[in-house]
Amino acid sequence: MVTTPLLPSDYLDLVSPLRAGADLRGRIEAVHPETGDAATVVIRPGRGWRGHTAGQYVRVGVDVEGVRLWRAYSITSPADRPDGRVTITVKAIPGGRVSNHLVRRARPGTLIQLDQPAGDFVLPRARPAKVLYLTAGSGITPVMGMLRDTELDDVVVVHCAPRPQDVIFRSELRGMAADGKVRLTEVHTDTDGMLDIARLGELVPDWAERETWACGPAGLLDAAERHWSAHGVEGRLHTERFRPGIVVAGDGGEVTFSATGKRVDADGATPLLDVGEEAGVLMPSGCRMGICFGCVSPLRAGAVRDLRTGEITEAEPGVLIQTCVSAAAGDCDIER
Amino acid sequence: MTAIDPTAHLTAEQIEELGRELDAIRDEVIAGRGEKDAAYIRKVISAQRKLELVSRGVLLFSFFPPAWLLGTAGLSVAKIMDNMEIGHNVLHGQWDWMRDPKIHSTTWEWDHVSPSEQWKHSHNELHHTYTNVIGKDNDLGYGIMRVDEDQRWHPFHLGQPLWNFLNACFFEYGIAAYDLELGRNLSKRRRKDPEFRARARAVGRKIRKQVLKDYVIHPLLSGPSFLTTLAATFTANLVRNLWSHSVIMCGHFPEGVQVFERRSIKGETRGQWYLRQMMGSANISGSRAMHFMTGNLSHQIEHHLFPDLPSNRYAEVAVKVRALFEKYELEYVTGPLPKQVFSAWRKVFRLSLPNKKPTARTPDREQELVAA
Repeated sequence: MVTTPLLPSDYLDLVSPLRAGADLRGRIEAVHPETGDAATVVIRPGRGWRGHTAGQYVRVGVDVEGVRLWRAYSITSPADRPDGRVTITVKAIPGGRVSNHLVRRARPGTLIQLDQPAGDFVLPRARPAKVLYLTAGSGITPVMGMLRDTELDDVVVVHCAPRPQDVIFRSELRGMAADGKVRLTEVHTDTDGMLDIARLGELVPDWAERETWACGPAGLLDAAERHWSAHGVEGRLHTERFRPGIVVAGDGGEVTFSATGKRVDADGATPLLDVGEEAGVLMPSGCRMGICFGCVSPLRAGAVRDLRTGEITEAEPGVLIQTCVSAAAGDCDIER
Repeated sequence: MTAIDPTAHLTAEQIEELGRELDAIRDEVIAGRGEKDAAYIRKVISAQRKLELVSRGVLLFSFFPPAWLLGTAGLSVAKIMDNMEIGHNVLHGQWDWMRDPKIHSTTWEWDHVSPSEQWKHSHNELHHTYTNVIGKDNDLGYGIMRVDEDQRWHPFHLGQPLWNFLNACFFEYGIAAYDLELGRNLSKRRRKDPEFRARARAVGRKIRKQVLKDYVIHPLLSGPSFLTTLAATFTANLVRNLWSHSVIMCGHFPEGVQVFERRSIKGETRGQWYLRQMMGSANISGSRAMHFMTGNLSHQIEHHLFPDLPSNRYAEVAVKVRALFEKYELEYVTGPLPKQVFSAWRKVFRLSLPNKKPTARTPDREQELVAA
């Protein structure tokens, strides 16, 4: 009542944006280059941060050229870092607005939006005796969080990168190998060629006995899933997918955002989240890759296609769709 | 509706070409929106909140006359900033592109008795679509005034200078009533309409909260300064209302601004729509501070052409728009605030009386058109 129509928090945000009870935010404290196109961002999270488990990711909302964009990044710091800071390590992808901004332009002191950490790409409470971490490119990031957090007795790391200088955390990984904490195999795909999963046994003879955490491009993970299930050990494989493999979809149609009354034509390959945002509808959004369900919205009419699987979802009462990985399969109505 | 059509020299092709040129101006600004613009609105919002906090703090000691003056002035400015440069523009969706849910037209609420939702409908949807179309755009005279010679005179109109003055003093209530279409909806049958009742209740809630804040809670918090704080908030609201009423009158009322008939907008093309916005709006000239305090509605012509472009860009857009007015030999109605306010008030007084010659245009009006 004292501040209507604003809330007291609107005023408190002016002086103390990281206080307890505020919307969760963080302040960038430093940006350390890792390779030519990757950097580690040190973040001081607000007081409301509940802490993470090694291997989890966090969604960050970053203002790039004035526009708030949300992305999910794996946390690379151990869970018990004494100063309470967390780090994410970001690889700049060609044309990636957020990744390039964080790697090349982000400055200490900048406020960013945060979500609580999430994801089940983590070690189980009962520590496995033998572990294999199978990673490629920036797929090393959640695994680095786990390596820094929990020391295990028998760990093999197989990591793929184009060239030695592209290996993120190269010196730290080699240091761990030199100290005997892990057995490290680097596959440099520019010279060694792509890793052939069928011949994984040559690198790691006991791979089938190991509890495996794999993270990297969809091609690698698809191959790994086939390989593990062909040997009947798919229960030992845990994967984390960063970006949905997008199928080429046809169709498209007129999308109605019935809560705001906006109508636009959409093609069959653009996520409805992007379609809505382009049309000026305030769409709830999350990881933009289909894992956090922060973008689910009621589908009131019509049908949508899941861009990852090609699966068609038709409107029924109570059906929610993930707008970030769904495209119009004909006319449809999203209640936003 | 005007006897001399100031756009008669334009061919249909020219009007469409004008539309394309305006679209190009718009596209250029949209492509160039970025970090600087976002930093601008955040800075303005933060400054407004700090100014309001400090002013209300100073008013705790308002029994001391210099504190009263300082606090009242600060609060008046803070309220004007909230309504004009921030509220009006955020509610137009000018900042939606930032995707910040806290500065978004769907979530913003302002220090005003008309709830954002209702105001957006009557203002963004009705007024901006049907700008200056008599009978469709109720902003024109707010439904209580005669704004054109061709409108039939009624003895009721004799009082319109008084209505206009009262409306200026209690402008936010006038707008709330106007958003509710109170005049039309107070008939016995419409009063019972559940949709109208829900909207009226929303306004009631908003008024209750605003009044409680300004006239009960803050005076009570001031303890011994109860009465002086009460007077200060009342004054700040009055100042804000008089100011915004003056600015808004300058947007569409001064001499030289055209009004349109309902049938003239049937089948209107994009170029014609643009042309109507150009001829139906008027600017206020002045310093940067002046533009800021009017919420850049001093660039009313540019605002009406591009209601959803960020307000901080209207000044640069105005240079290009004005060049188009010259190119197409159209009159760009603008002038300093006192002149425009005077012009609008003179029209209010003049039209409160019946016309001498109701149909033909009087020569002096023509001269005004040229001089304005």
